[in-house]
Amino acid sequence: MVLRKFCIRNGQSWHLNQVPLYESEIFRNEVLEECRSGSRIVNLFGTLEESGDVRMSAMTSKDDDARISLFSVKISKDSPVFKSLTPELPEVQGFEREIAEQFAVTFEGHPWFKPLRYHQNYRKVPDLWPGIQEKPIPGSYSFYRFNGEEVHEVGVGPVHAGIIEPGHFRFQCHGEEILHLEIQLGYQHRGIEKMMEEGPMERAVLLAESIAGDTVIGHVMAYCNLIESLSGCVIFPRAEALRAVALELERLSNHIGDLGALGTDIGFLPTAAYFGRLRGEFLNMLMELSGNRYGRSFCRPGGVFFDLDPKMNDDFRGRLSVAKKELKELTDLFFSKPSVLARLEGVGIVSEQTAKELGLVGPAARACGLSRDVRTDHASGIYRFRHLPVSLASMGDVFARAQIRWLEAQRSLDFLLELLDQVPKGELCTNVPSLKSDQMALAMVEGWRGEIAHVAMTDTQSKIIRYKIKDPSFHNWGGLAMAARGAQISDFPLCNKSFNLSYAGHDL
Amino acid sequence: MWRIIKARIKQGYRTLKYPQGEVVFPERFRGKPAINFDSKNIDKKFDTTDAVILKDALSVDLGKLLFNEDIKKACPLVYSQDHRMAVSKKEDLIFKNNELKLASALVEKTKRIFGRSLKLREVCAGSCNGCDSEIQALNNVVFDLSRFGIEFVASPRHADGLMVTGPVTRNMELALKKTYEAVADPKIVIAVGACAISGGPFYGSKEVRNGVDHLIPVDLYVPGCPPHPLTILDGLLRLLDKLEK
Repeated sequence: MVLRKFCIRNGQSWHLNQVPLYESEIFRNEVLEECRSGSRIVNLFGTLEESGDVRMSAMTSKDDDARISLFSVKISKDSPVFKSLTPELPEVQGFEREIAEQFAVTFEGHPWFKPLRYHQNYRKVPDLWPGIQEKPIPGSYSFYRFNGEEVHEVGVGPVHAGIIEPGHFRFQCHGEEILHLEIQLGYQHRGIEKMMEEGPMERAVLLAESIAGDTVIGHVMAYCNLIESLSGCVIFPRAEALRAVALELERLSNHIGDLGALGTDIGFLPTAAYFGRLRGEFLNMLMELSGNRYGRSFCRPGGVFFDLDPKMNDDFRGRLSVAKKELKELTDLFFSKPSVLARLEGVGIVSEQTAKELGLVGPAARACGLSRDVRTDHASGIYRFRHLPVSLASMGDVFARAQIRWLEAQRSLDFLLELLDQVPKGELCTNVPSLKSDQMALAMVEGWRGEIAHVAMTDTQSKIIRYKIKDPSFHNWGGLAMAARGAQISDFPLCNKSFNLSYAGHDL
Repeated sequence: MWRIIKARIKQGYRTLKYPQGEVVFPERFRGKPAINFDSKNIDKKFDTTDAVILKDALSVDLGKLLFNEDIKKACPLVYSQDHRMAVSKKEDLIFKNNELKLASALVEKTKRIFGRSLKLREVCAGSCNGCDSEIQALNNVVFDLSRFGIEFVASPRHADGLMVTGPVTRNMELALKKTYEAVADPKIVIAVGACAISGGPFYGSKEVRNGVDHLIPVDLYVPGCPPHPLTILDGLLRLLDKLEK
């Protein structure tokens, strides 16, 4: 029998019937075969069928030709067991644990089968981990431990020393050396996916803006693209361009903020202060554009709320040119200091091989030499017509991750200066027709942390019955754990800043 | 060395004159709202966090308002450029007759203790990181929080109070309570952002507790989603009685 294959593209929608349904064994083989031949996992998620069975869908991307394969398997409600793919394909470990927690499906042979976010399952059956709701994290499941002479354990969090989000880090150390780091998240779980499915659409867009407060534009753009593709709505080119302006401003503010944060952690305070101030410039531009420093209330399904008038355009261009000059001066100062380089180089190395195995995305992957960028590989909106070169480094250390931010900031500035010169004319917002029934859609956006992917499914009444959110951090937390392995415990803050991952985006 | 000094001279002095002089916000900035009370144009569909109250007279709960544009379709509201919105009591957040009773100073005794040096411990209890980013921005050279004697410290044991963001998720409830207990008396609690006040966009989710004051007493409420750093700073300075009335 010839296997029916189904390929999709970013921003497309399709009828639910089109999704191939494979037998368990074939599904497993297909995932492994795709990944062996150069694909990576974009998404692996469960949905609850009317019959009570769980349908597991896999999306694998072959980035070279913008092709995403989609196929699924049914897991019976009577024996909710599936043979884990993790031993052969480590990048799915988080996805499998997520499905196990959401739908009470056991993944046999999973090497670290532990809850992810500590909530009750959606199937309303007994949880795989009894008492998950009552006991505080880590519940009845302990942390991974080393035994032996001179081995000691360090626990940090959920309340950290700085002004950051909650998470627990458990280090197994031998002297100063980190043998293993276990990252336990879930403290930020707010139940967003369920709220997106159950609440009205007027609220869903506000929730999308609050998935990760530093990636407002990235996530709300994914949400808008998804709703637009589910309803067959085509937005005006001007709206597409202005969304890209906001997305790049968001990237600039965060990348430059991260360089400043690295300065703080190294103890090179002048650059920390200057980068911190420069970050504010981009936030203030977003505020002038949208009324909010993080770009809330800018993107809405159908287009954007606000226009970039000619006066503002001129003003932005002037300020971006100044910022470009200042960025050069500051990065020259930062990256030319031997003491800075000594602190960054060779610390927290993630090899290209490890990055591939863990399925890293975004700057973290590009710092290891993996060319993965949704803006290029799966371009949508204005990015189909205007290309940004992908910035790559090869060392995979803290320096490489800092360098990627510097390179990408420059390229975003060039991109913006060019785009602002030629913003397409036209209207801002168009009406969004009602959603099509029995459809599924995928929207991917290259947020500043990497690939954001939202998937939604409608039922026969055109109501959204499943909304799956994937923040890039979901892939990348494993990268941080590996970067810390073998490093000194005092290097951890530096490694952590170089990734700067989202807790809220992971926990949803 | 010379390059650092050169860069320092070039960067110049960037700290705001605040609280002296006027702060100018851009035209689109969404600060304290103003409501046209005579209008009957109400569409509750766009009021997804129940910020609009129709009982007796039309009013808006600033603790639930997300300061978004969509809400303008729900009720006749416009935003002003006024950033001052922090209040001392939850009931003061109910915005009636376009009047807002801004936060009052701490009682004399507590003011004497905290007035010149206030150390705060920040706890993120399920926020999206938006409010936390703005709190962090207070430490940058533009706002320079430490010139007012206010600092963020690494441990609740070193703190005079907590600044809490987020709706308090079920998984953070215990950690928040423990952190509060670890702060020595007398202590204050500041709730920053719509989530920390009412649950914000997550209001009603079974995974969250809809705000901080269901668990620990709150002395200052700073509305916004997220509030502008100056809105937070204004609240803090009012609490310490460092602003002119």
